[in-house]
Amino acid sequence: MENGILKILNFYAGYNVKTILTNINLSIPSNKVISIMGPSGCGKTTLIRCINRMHELQPDANFKGQILLNEKNIFATSPILVRRKIGMVFQKPNPFPTMSIYDNVVSGYILNGIKIPRSEKDRIVEETLRKVYLWDEVMDSLHRKGTFLSGGQQQRLCIARAMAMNPEIILLDEPTSALDPKATAKIEELITKIKKSVTVILVTHNTAQAARVSDFTAFLYLGELVEFGFTEKLFTTPKDKKTEEYLTGKFG
Amino acid sequence: MKMDRYFKSILFGAAILLLLLLTGIFFTLLIGSIPAIKASGIKFLSGTSWNPVTGVYGAVPFVIGTLLTSFLALFISLPFSFSISLFLGEYFKKGALAEFLNYATDILASIPSVIYGFWGLLFLVPIVRKFELSFHILPYGVGIFTASLILAIMIIPYTSYLAKEVILLVPQDIKEAAYSLGATRSEVIRKIIVPYSRSGIFAGILLSLGRALGETMAVTMVIGNSNLIPGNIFSPANTMASVIANEFTEATNDVHLSALIELGLLLFIITGIINFIGNEIIKKLSIKG
Amino acid sequence: MQRRIIKDKLFEIIIIIFALVSTFPLILILFQIVKKGIASINWSFFVNLPQPPGESGGGVSNAILGTFILIVIAGGFSILLGVLGGTFISEYKDKKISELIRLCVNIFQGIPSIVIGIIVYIWIVMPLHRFSALSGGIALGIMMLPLIVKSTEETLRLIPSSLKEASLALGASYTTTMLRVILPAGINGILSGILISVSRVAGETAPLLFTAFGNPFMNFNIFKPVDSLPLLIFNYSMSPYPEWHSIAWGASFVLISFIIILNILTKMVSRKWKTVF
Repeated sequence: MENGILKILNFYAGYNVKTILTNINLSIPSNKVISIMGPSGCGKTTLIRCINRMHELQPDANFKGQILLNEKNIFATSPILVRRKIGMVFQKPNPFPTMSIYDNVVSGYILNGIKIPRSEKDRIVEETLRKVYLWDEVMDSLHRKGTFLSGGQQQRLCIARAMAMNPEIILLDEPTSALDPKATAKIEELITKIKKSVTVILVTHNTAQAARVSDFTAFLYLGELVEFGFTEKLFTTPKDKKTEEYLTGKFG
Repeated sequence: MKMDRYFKSILFGAAILLLLLLTGIFFTLLIGSIPAIKASGIKFLSGTSWNPVTGVYGAVPFVIGTLLTSFLALFISLPFSFSISLFLGEYFKKGALAEFLNYATDILASIPSVIYGFWGLLFLVPIVRKFELSFHILPYGVGIFTASLILAIMIIPYTSYLAKEVILLVPQDIKEAAYSLGATRSEVIRKIIVPYSRSGIFAGILLSLGRALGETMAVTMVIGNSNLIPGNIFSPANTMASVIANEFTEATNDVHLSALIELGLLLFIITGIINFIGNEIIKKLSIKG
Repeated sequence: MQRRIIKDKLFEIIIIIFALVSTFPLILILFQIVKKGIASINWSFFVNLPQPPGESGGGVSNAILGTFILIVIAGGFSILLGVLGGTFISEYKDKKISELIRLCVNIFQGIPSIVIGIIVYIWIVMPLHRFSALSGGIALGIMMLPLIVKSTEETLRLIPSSLKEASLALGASYTTTMLRVILPAGINGILSGILISVSRVAGETAPLLFTAFGNPFMNFNIFKPVDSLPLLIFNYSMSPYPEWHSIAWGASFVLISFIIILNILTKMVSRKWKTVF
């Protein structure tokens, strides 16, 4: 675990006087799926929003400690560079409503003013949409608005949007909470596939989902990291009593 | 990011400019009124005579003219706007008739005031004159009554729109509860809907009153432009707005101009307060006004 | 019981009658404008200048041009300022200054237009020592501002915040996010706010009385007085000459058509360019 792609060291975060995360220490290995689970309000979302520096956009937000991406402190560079390397997918699908499906996929390039030739764009769009299993469904309507798609398709489009930038890490913030079981299954399937090219950090309050898709699981409770380890191990022989109680539905 | 800093400063600059512009309006009026305030003092508000030739500036005739036309207009328009709001908010929410009425009030609201004045001058004034003749009133044709008629037509869309919106806000289950107790529709309207939406309807009336008080062109064209205190509702008169429109470009000296600006200030303050109260009520009810 | 039902029916009938009767004036006004307006409209009406009373063939080309010039100046003055200001108060919702602007905008929306005329007279006409198209345009622009600010704010407020976050999370700068994602997503609301405000001021007369003033000749110079359709209707209708009255009817017809077309356009814009989130 020493050579993780992302290391979180003595990390605190909160708003104003309210502390949400306390002394988080976590080392995340690359090309794996890592679940962060815990009852609502435990700080899961705050944690991943710190990883791509979205947390600090909130008024009164504060934080302390270090997060290292490839051994480099992310707070020492521009947040914009950090966010290009760490993609994010949100709870509710949110494709850009004014852009076509095609433009949504390459929106990272468009919005960052990165000019790439048309053929290169075409390649990125097809490749990325194939990665998220959306290509076959939308190849004939690439220039329609992304908002005409179904919820599940929209969410896969949002994953594609994040993947198209070739990020090193992709953060998924309860990506299936607004979707039906069928769409959820599809997203879970693609999560386990894309880890070949990217490290996936998945926030979920659904323990079954964490068990199904992740290699490692972190259990967060009241802003503290209670336990972190191989998913199988954590689910079968939890070291901490709180983890066991959570997994057996005693709270949350 | 440098770019972001520039962009944020531009946004902030626009906001400051906007604020300066809007507050500047008030202060400009205030400063412009100073010569008149110095010359007339409190007499401006209590004086019953307005005579630029002798330099006497009392606003009472115009305040009376303004209040009379506006309240008369409100009085004439209320049964109509109330009916429209119930028609669209309760009886016929959909259908061809509702569509027609919606369009009609929309267009009524967008006809320019000068066209109302023109129409009033050529169409209403002769009718009012005939009416006055047959009742042995001095047949001016123009005057407070004619101005109120035009104003009434002009404010119907505003009152009825706002009242309709609040009537639509009355929860269905309260109405149904009353129906299930055996109430008839008119009883539900009087006992449930009207009490429930009373404050919203009041706000609508207030905002329409604000509009009527400041309405200039249509009133100026048909009110007869007399600087005397009106004797009855058929007399020619002037409102604050109409006297400004009439005399501003012909103001004889600085005090006259300043007195007209002070009238503007007075109008600004009255309509400002009315709008403020009306908007606060609407904000509480959270409807789009 | 019978009496209650009769009373109920009676009430309904009275409501219907009053509601329908209130459309009579509209029908009457529109009917007269269309009838008398069309009768006085011909080709020369649009291309000629006004003629002295007694001579036929007068037109209103100067007023049509003037209205156009005034609206362009008003738009130039108010659109950018209004959209940026509206963006500011939606971005910084809870700041004191936003509260203050919101309050001012609400109050100023109902300020009599004649008062705006006074203000612009003091601000622009007095220092320049002359009536001008510029001052008239700015007067109309000030009247457009509250509407544009309000519609921009309300439109932007309805855009889900996750959209902004999605753009920022891709590494886009704040500026890019606002200009390429947020404002385009609200374009229908902002545009229809602008169109509505234009249709509101297109028929304004009072603020022009002592700013644009009116001008019987063709004028392209924004530092000189110009005519506008509402001003022309006012001046002609107050004249004793029947020929001028018929020109005023024609001008009313043109003005109302313009306003109604603008209103229809607004509805089309807000429907067609509606953003689905």
